[in-house]
Amino acid sequence: MSAPLAPKLIVTASPHVRSQDSTPVIMWNVVGSLAPVIVAAAWFFGVSALLVVTAAALGALFTEHSIGRGGSLADGSAVITGLLLGLSLPPGLPLWMAFLGGAFGIGFGKLVWGGLGQNVFNPALVGRAFLQAAFPVAITTWPTVGGPFWALKGDLFAFPFTHPNPDAITSATPLGLLKFEGTGTNLAHLVMGNTGGSIGETAALVILAGGAFLAWKRYLNWRIPIGILLTVAVLSTVLHLLDAKRPDALFMLFSGGLMLGAVYMATDMVTSPVTNLGRWVFAAGIGVLVVVIRIWGGLPEGVMYAILFMNALVPFINRATQPRVFGTGRQGAA
Amino acid sequence: MFAGGFRHGVHPREEKELTSRLPIRRMPFPDEIVLPLRQHAGNPAKLCVRVGDHVERGDPVGLADGWVSVPIHASAAGTVTEIGLWPHPDGSMAPSVRIAVDRYAAQVLRPRMVPHWEGLSVDEVVRAVQDAGVVGLGGAAFPTHVKLAPPSDHAVHTLIINGAECEPYLTSDHRTMAEYPERVLFGIRVMMHAMQVGKCVVGVERNKPDAIAALVQALPPDLDISILPLTVKYPQGAEKMLIQAVTGVEVPSGKLPVTVGVVVQNVGSVAAIAEVFETGLPLIERIVTVSGHGLRRPANLIVPVGTKLRDLLTFCGGVTPDAAEVIIGGPMMGQAQANLDAPVLKGTTGVVVLEKHETRLEKVYPCIHCGRCLEACPVFLNPSLLGDFARVARYDDMVDLHLADCMLCGSCAYVCPSNIPLAQLFQASKVALRRAKAGAA
Repeated sequence: MSAPLAPKLIVTASPHVRSQDSTPVIMWNVVGSLAPVIVAAAWFFGVSALLVVTAAALGALFTEHSIGRGGSLADGSAVITGLLLGLSLPPGLPLWMAFLGGAFGIGFGKLVWGGLGQNVFNPALVGRAFLQAAFPVAITTWPTVGGPFWALKGDLFAFPFTHPNPDAITSATPLGLLKFEGTGTNLAHLVMGNTGGSIGETAALVILAGGAFLAWKRYLNWRIPIGILLTVAVLSTVLHLLDAKRPDALFMLFSGGLMLGAVYMATDMVTSPVTNLGRWVFAAGIGVLVVVIRIWGGLPEGVMYAILFMNALVPFINRATQPRVFGTGRQGAA
Repeated sequence: MFAGGFRHGVHPREEKELTSRLPIRRMPFPDEIVLPLRQHAGNPAKLCVRVGDHVERGDPVGLADGWVSVPIHASAAGTVTEIGLWPHPDGSMAPSVRIAVDRYAAQVLRPRMVPHWEGLSVDEVVRAVQDAGVVGLGGAAFPTHVKLAPPSDHAVHTLIINGAECEPYLTSDHRTMAEYPERVLFGIRVMMHAMQVGKCVVGVERNKPDAIAALVQALPPDLDISILPLTVKYPQGAEKMLIQAVTGVEVPSGKLPVTVGVVVQNVGSVAAIAEVFETGLPLIERIVTVSGHGLRRPANLIVPVGTKLRDLLTFCGGVTPDAAEVIIGGPMMGQAQANLDAPVLKGTTGVVVLEKHETRLEKVYPCIHCGRCLEACPVFLNPSLLGDFARVARYDDMVDLHLADCMLCGSCAYVCPSNIPLAQLFQASKVALRRAKAGAA
């Protein structure tokens, strides 16, 4: 009997249908949500910001393309790493350093672990930690906010392996001012983002909006940013009440890289816990470490090390927060 | 605690509107019937016919082999033409009986005595159900009579009837309840009598309001039967999920439902039992939903067991040019077919034809530990970690993570953004563990 039936049948294991979200869709949505952050950075720091972010992204893509598995560029995760690294750098950083940071972050933060999904530490922060160790002066040279859009800040085009020429006008970050000079910063400036600092960390409201979009699409887990911000707010309020010279909660929330870190870096699915309870633990740990480093540490800012440290604990947090299996424990005594 | 529902689970597109309003129709007898001797959980039936034998509709071709086994009956009158290996829906070649259907036969059952159910002892009811070859019609095909006679050390207080039908596309239970509520309720009456159970709850997902209304309308005044509307969520029809939705109790890990005093039966099985005691009809035909966007004329059909998929799909107008995957069962737990000569079995709830773009034939990405599978798993496992272990064959670690509690519902793989075939990995791991155990014994 010749029936109008398909000549070739697909045979896959069940389930035969799946939800719409795929890993590349998630990744490219994160990339898209970073666009407003980059635009805001360009508004505050001019073309220099765009150049540094582009250099970091190109560095990340270069390494992913050179040693990543075939086609792994298309999943979008290398772009995220590059953009996030770029946004965490000062706007006047020589471009070759930004490129190197991106390349190092992908190479040693991700690919040596086995590629996407295998790394323990956030690759963007690995790149930044590398730059911090290798170029401690350049990465803490903060050009002033504002100025003409096309004016280049710092010594962007310094030749590799030469000392950049620090002739640009610089200013301290709010956290640096507080730590080293004991002066505060106007809260309105902090919230709006027109203060010194890294390219993408000053526009707190834009970052929050991007995070809200991703949380609504369920492309990031809201527990992590909320947990971090709450912990920082509560802890710094307590400390502020004990000693009024210490900064209050609003200053802590809106200064430095906390927003960028809480919304975009700590929420990296690969390097954060898989259980919801674990996510709360992870977030609280980051919040505590950020406050401890900022208040008592030698560095003015501690978001990067706080996240990297908690990244290292994720496997243990996961193990300690395994869900209760159905029919065991509470009701499964029979 | 979670009245009418359970925690976690997923919401696949239901796609039930393709067939949910189509009345059940009877499919004509095909030219040939193929009856595998293994259609149920437990021992396969023992062959009891020879090539050349003439069989009437309802005659046994295989007999029950032990307690957890049932006979197989001819679903049409005809002549046995071959006994040998034939494509089975599980993908293997299985011992089967081929019957050339007699075109001129009246296809009536042999006259038989149908004993009145009220006069029968419990053992006699159980025996009659086994002799009729009744198995769970929800897909697993576990012999129904075994569940009617639970171990005596457990008291059963509630009979739960599973009318959730949470698999996408499938509407056979829905149509059964909407069109034959009296038959369903009569089956319940016989079962409550046989099991000496005073209480019965029929769980039906809220997306079948006409079925709920029909059952409520037909409820007998003298029995404690209630109809419980359930949250529309997959896998609401899984036995443990249904029990939690109805009783609020979790069946302990590794234990049978009877340990919490309940027995669950599928709506279709209940209707089949009713037929055994109404007309003496053994389980030789069943209601099958034939559906999917890759099929020209979706339908709910009464299909003789043993009808080949090719004949069934042809009767439904054939498939569309983009049809790519033919699934026996629903798309969440069903089995994709490589050979359309495979027959409809007693446990075949539906046949779904997917178009190419609806299939999972896409790239698999690495696990990004997003945790969605943990929030989907209805038994609260960690599929992400289990998947990592499965790929490196760390089966003993998987046992510690309660692999045994995985019922292969596929919710984890459904939500996985990286398209990792988690359910497949877990099934393979279970098989590997079983083999290792058999090798050690």
